[in-house]
Amino acid sequence: MIRSREIFTSDKIAKVILKSASFLVLLLAAGIIFSLLKGSIPAFREFGIFRFIFSSEWNPTEGKEVYGAFPFIFGTVVTSLLALIICFPLSFATSLFISEYFKKTKIAGILSTLVDLLAGIPSIVYGLWGFYTLRPLIVDLGLSEQGYGIFTSSLILAIMIIPYATSLSNEIISMVPNELKEAGYSLGATRLEVIFNVILPVSRSGLVAGYILALGRALGETMAVTMLIGNANLIPKGIFSPGNTMASVIANQFGEADGLKLSALIAIGLLLFVVTAIVNAAGKWIVRRYA
Amino acid sequence: MKNLVFVFIVCISLTACSGNKNKNEKSGSLRAEITAAGATFPQPFYNKVFNDYSTMTGNKLTYGGIGSGGGIRSLKDKVVDFGATDAFLTDEQAAELPAPVVHVPTCLGAVVIAFNLPGITELKMKNEVLASVFLGEIKKWNDPKILADNPGINLPGKDISVVYRSDGSGTTFIFSDYLSKISKSWADKVGTGKSLNWPVGMGAKGNPGVAGIIKQTEGTIGYIGSEYAFAQKIPCVLLQNQAGNFIAPSVESVSAAAQGDIPADTRVMVTNSADPDAYPISAFTWIILYKEQSYNGRKIDQARETVKFLQWLVGPDAQAIARKVDYAPLPEKAVQLANDILKSVTFEGEPLL
Repeated sequence: MIRSREIFTSDKIAKVILKSASFLVLLLAAGIIFSLLKGSIPAFREFGIFRFIFSSEWNPTEGKEVYGAFPFIFGTVVTSLLALIICFPLSFATSLFISEYFKKTKIAGILSTLVDLLAGIPSIVYGLWGFYTLRPLIVDLGLSEQGYGIFTSSLILAIMIIPYATSLSNEIISMVPNELKEAGYSLGATRLEVIFNVILPVSRSGLVAGYILALGRALGETMAVTMLIGNANLIPKGIFSPGNTMASVIANQFGEADGLKLSALIAIGLLLFVVTAIVNAAGKWIVRRYA
Repeated sequence: MKNLVFVFIVCISLTACSGNKNKNEKSGSLRAEITAAGATFPQPFYNKVFNDYSTMTGNKLTYGGIGSGGGIRSLKDKVVDFGATDAFLTDEQAAELPAPVVHVPTCLGAVVIAFNLPGITELKMKNEVLASVFLGEIKKWNDPKILADNPGINLPGKDISVVYRSDGSGTTFIFSDYLSKISKSWADKVGTGKSLNWPVGMGAKGNPGVAGIIKQTEGTIGYIGSEYAFAQKIPCVLLQNQAGNFIAPSVESVSAAAQGDIPADTRVMVTNSADPDAYPISAFTWIILYKEQSYNGRKIDQARETVKFLQWLVGPDAQAIARKVDYAPLPEKAVQLANDILKSVTFEGEPLL
């Protein structure tokens, strides 16, 4: 009797702790949304939400102030998508290597540890490496005159999201039941045929979710991109031209900003929040739909 | 914002207190705690002199480099003894403050034009050429307009890449103020401000960011605060001043820019100075404080120590330090004006000096 009451109370306490912890997270998210909304009202009121999002003019000169977020939204989406495209063949091949071709071998273990290690490198280090090594390489290859721009940032972003995409893909590919693969082989399929006709269809939804999470990571990346994108507040003329991203413009200009400009930057923060939320929701939806 | 600035000031004061506690307890000569905040441009100079003066007198002085805008806000909120700013307050800005303020110039700085062309260390540019380059009208290094001022220098046919500050900055303000003075099309198309709508080029954060890109990338040109460029010994463009002379930026040529006519309240941009030896993109940096020091229950000792420190700051000892840390000292006339301004500061109507 006494024992059961004890269990009952400890259960109750655990429940309260869990509830309040999750409530706190909820409160934090709500607080962030609230202050972003409140801060961006002046900019939205001045330019209108639609015009703010789709105008590409960004002029902070006093007296002529006009703020439009489109170059930054464009820059963020383009660099992130490009990074995802570059990242896909690399990380997909790596995860096939680790969790299919050389499954449970020593070399696969070492490789997977190394890939995980990539995730631990601070983004400023990636930025500096990009600045001193990758950018001169792009100039030497004759791809662009100065090496700053969308392409260089996408390349560095791709390298940064490889570990996220790879680890998730590893898990999912290794979860494909052996029976299915064996059935494929018994029908005379080659290894490649098994990969494309058995493993890929089975793990598709998980893989897509993994890459969408990686995309979410690319959207918010700031430091490395700032160092390589050229920070020009206009829609890039081409893949090798300088541009800017939402996270990067906030990091660059928040310090000395006030008034309408501060509000415009907060509004960009809100838009970034919305874009990231949409991407994450899309990821979850795909998982639920096809899993 | 108001709260943030306040928290920041409290934090720096607390750190300062804990750091100096023992020393002051020993000497027992603590008279006042002076707090200031503002511009980042003169911060290396202020850090040095604030520290030196603290050791010298036993007063506790702290400076927070939170930007010129932050300095003005802090003074408005009365959380500092004085603020620091790279751009003087306009009449409208001054009217927003609760009481009249005075400006005290403390030293001069300049904006230098750095470039990266392998093998070339000296380059001259006329006013209109400089403006055209930053407007994107001159696109190649071997443009006849650049060649005309640099006979005998073998300029490459590379594209010119302009590099500017991506963050809001007093350096950008001074540079664009100068360009607006010398070029009508710059004034019309771009204008003056701490951050601008740049027609060409790419941005980088802070002096180190701009200097880093220029150092790493052939064919670039950009502007950098002189305090950073002098300390790093970065090669600079010789600019043509109003008298027509090509002048290299140096501590002397920057000081010379303030030798012309300066109004009694020192609120003037000395860019494009008429002095024949002046480097054209030079500017004062100011400290701002309330003319009437009796506010918010301040004690007379606090007010007197503040003004005394400022008097020392424009005096020969501190100005010699300015030169050492790569700022241009105030010319004699400006020192005279600064002293006159400090003498006009009062406590309950009585002058403090």
